[in-house]
Amino acid sequence: MRRIISVLMENEPGSLSRIVGVFSQRGYNVDSLCVAPTTDSSLSRLTIVTHGDDKVIEQITKQVNKLIDVLKVTDLTDGTHVERELMLIKVAAKTDLVRSEVNRTVDIFRAQIVDTDAKNYTIQVTGTSEKLDAFAQAMWAQTEVIESSRTGVCGLARGEKSLRA
Amino acid sequence: MMSGAAMVVRALKDSGVTHVFGYPGGAVLDIYDALYAQDDVKHVLVRHEQAAAHMADGYARSTGKTGTVLVTSGPGATNTITGIATAYMDSIPMVVLSGQVPSMHIGEDAFQETDMVGCSRPIVKHSFLVKRAIDIPMAIAKAYYIANTGRPGPVVVDLPKDLVNVLEEHPYEYPEDVTMRSYNPTLKGHSKQIKKTVDTLLNAKRPVLYVGGGAITSEASDLITELAEKLNAPVTSTLMGLGAFSSVHEQFVGMLGMHGTLEANKTMHNADCIFALGARFDDRVTNNVEKFCPHATIIHVDIDPASISKTVAVHVPVVGSVDKVVEQVLNQISKKDLSGQKQKLADWWKQINSWRERQCLNYQKSDELIKPQQVIEALYKHTNGDAYVSSDVGQHQMFAALYYPFAKPRRWINSGGLGTMGFGLPAAMGVQMANPDAISVVVTGDGSIQMNIQELSTCLQYNLPVKIISLNNRALGMVRQWQDMIYKGRHSHSYMDSMPDFVKLAEAYGHVGIKVNHPSELDDAMAKCFALKDRLVFMDIAIDQNEHVYPMQIKYGAMDDMRLSKTERT
Repeated sequence: MRRIISVLMENEPGSLSRIVGVFSQRGYNVDSLCVAPTTDSSLSRLTIVTHGDDKVIEQITKQVNKLIDVLKVTDLTDGTHVERELMLIKVAAKTDLVRSEVNRTVDIFRAQIVDTDAKNYTIQVTGTSEKLDAFAQAMWAQTEVIESSRTGVCGLARGEKSLRA
Repeated sequence: MMSGAAMVVRALKDSGVTHVFGYPGGAVLDIYDALYAQDDVKHVLVRHEQAAAHMADGYARSTGKTGTVLVTSGPGATNTITGIATAYMDSIPMVVLSGQVPSMHIGEDAFQETDMVGCSRPIVKHSFLVKRAIDIPMAIAKAYYIANTGRPGPVVVDLPKDLVNVLEEHPYEYPEDVTMRSYNPTLKGHSKQIKKTVDTLLNAKRPVLYVGGGAITSEASDLITELAEKLNAPVTSTLMGLGAFSSVHEQFVGMLGMHGTLEANKTMHNADCIFALGARFDDRVTNNVEKFCPHATIIHVDIDPASISKTVAVHVPVVGSVDKVVEQVLNQISKKDLSGQKQKLADWWKQINSWRERQCLNYQKSDELIKPQQVIEALYKHTNGDAYVSSDVGQHQMFAALYYPFAKPRRWINSGGLGTMGFGLPAAMGVQMANPDAISVVVTGDGSIQMNIQELSTCLQYNLPVKIISLNNRALGMVRQWQDMIYKGRHSHSYMDSMPDFVKLAEAYGHVGIKVNHPSELDDAMAKCFALKDRLVFMDIAIDQNEHVYPMQIKYGAMDDMRLSKTERT
C-alpha cells in the first residue's frame, strides 16, 4: 500500500544520508523523496513516499524515528491530508497545430507554460502524482516529450494536526 | 584557552573516561601529543585497531561504562569497523574518536583519507564530523551521552587534523548537561501498559520470563529476581542476557534458542504468557517465527520501540527501560495477594521438571579424548564460578554459555549479535584493564584465537594476566558441525593442517604456554594455570574433534523442535 511518511529533523550535514541509509540497509522502498529546510532553518522537513504492508510501514516509521537527528515522524496517509507534486516538462511544439493542442491541455490541467522557444514549450504542472502522470500521458499523445523533472510528493495533514518542534 | 588536541583529551576526562584504547598515526599525532602531557586518561597501545574496539567493548560490557577508542584516519579508522559493528549489534556503549585529514583536503582523496562517517553510518547509533575546534567539547559530551543512554551503542566522532592543531588555541567550554530536542529516550512504561502487564502476568497459568541483554544494560538483576520469586515463574535467558538472572537459581531453566536447553525451549513453546525483558526475538532464538510459541500472550519490554514487533508480533508492548518497568510492575504487584501463585503454578513446574529430567546437557566422557564440555566444567571449578569469561565465536562459545553457569551480570562477555571471531582475547583484555584484580578468562578455539593473536604483545606491555583457554580441535568446529549435519560430512575448508605450536607462540610473546593432551592432565593443568596469578597463561587443550554442540534447534521447526544428540530428536 502507498504511504506518505513525513519527517521533521535537524538540518545538519549527514542527516539526509542517515534517512536514506535506513531505507537502503533495511530494504525498504523509496518511491519519491522531497526535502528542504522549513521556515525554521535549523529544521528540515522530508516527505517520503513508500509502499509496503502495515508491518513494514510500522518498522519504517520506528526505524526513522530512532535516528538521533529525527524529531518527529508521521504517516500522513493515516488521516486526511493535502499532497502536491510539481513537474516541469519540456515538449516539442514545432507546429501551430501542436502548439494549440498543447495549450488547450495546459488549460484543462491548469498548468502553465513557463518557457518557450521556436521548437519547445516548457510547462509547469502541480497536483497529485496521479494528475502529473495523466498530464505527461496527454503530452505523449499530442507530441514528443523532450524531458521532464518531478519534485516528488510533499504533503501536510488537514486540519489541526501538525508536525512541529 | 587551549588547543583542539588538548580539548579532546580534556573533554575525555570531563566525560569520565579512564582508559583509551588506540593506535597513533598522522591525523591524530596532535591528540597523542596532548595525551603525553597528562596522567588522567590512560592510553592503551594495541597492535591492531580492531582489537582496540573489542577492548573498549570488553571494558564497557564488564563495567557498564562507555568504552573509548582513538585511531587515526583511513586504515586506522576502517580497521575499527568490525569492532564498531560488534558493539552496535549487542548495544554496547562505545565512543570511537577517529582522526581525519585536514578539513580543506576532505574529498580530495588525500593520503589516508576515508569517509569514516559514511563508512560507519549503518553500524553506529550516531556520528559527528566536527567542523570547528570550539565544537569539540560539545561533540564529545554528546557522543558519550548518546552512547550510554536509551539503547546504548557506538558513536563515532571524526576529527579533522586542522581542528586539533596544537598551535592554535580556543576557549574550552564543557557543557554542564546535554539535552537534545530530537533525542529523549522513554524510560518509564506507560501506566496503561503496566496495568495490562500485571493483569496478564497474574492471570497466567504457564508464565515464563524471557530475559535478554537489556536486563544487564539497565542493571535490573535484583528487580527481575524479586519479580520472578514473587511470581514463582521460570526464567530463561538469551545468550546476551546470561547472568542477569542467576544461572544457579532453582527457577532458572537455562539459555533458550538454537543451542538452548530442552527445558528452556519447551517452557517457552508451552507457555501461556511470555514476559520478554530487554530481549529482541532474534532469529537464533525463535527458530521459525510462524511456529513460535503458539499459546502465549507476549508482553515485550524494550527501550527501543523499533525492537518491538519487529520479528514477532507482541500483544502487550511496553516501551521503557527494563529496570524501570519491572519496578513499576513490582509496585503494582505488591498490592495484590500472591499467596496462591505457588499452588497455581504447581502443574507448570511439574511439567518443567519432567523436561529437566531429560538432562539434555549430559555428554559422554572418554578416557582418551578431552571433551570440550569437560574443559568448561573444569574451568568453572577452578575459578569458583566467579571469573569474567569472555568468548570468541564458534562451538567453544556455546559450550561456555551452556556449561559455565553465571551467577552475576556482566561476567559473560561475548559477541552475540554479530558473531565476531577474534573478539575474545581483546575483550578479555579490556575486562582485565577495567577489573585488575578479577580473573579474566577467554574461552576460544584454534580458529578464533588466530584472528587477534597479535594482542599477546599488548598483554605483555600492560602485564595483563588473562587466561586463554583454547579448545583446540584442529578445525573450525561450528562450520564442521554444520558440514557434518547438512553437507554429508564434506569438510570444505573447515580444517587447518598448519597449526602453530601455541605453547611456543605464547612463550615467544613472553607468556606461559601449557599444552594439555589427555583427560587425566586437565585438572592439574588448570590448577597450574590459575596459580600463576600474575602471568598470562595460554592453555592449548587438544579436544575431541568430533564433538557437536547439542541441543540444537531443527531448522524451520518450532522453538522446541530439537536434536538432542547425533541420533536423538525431540
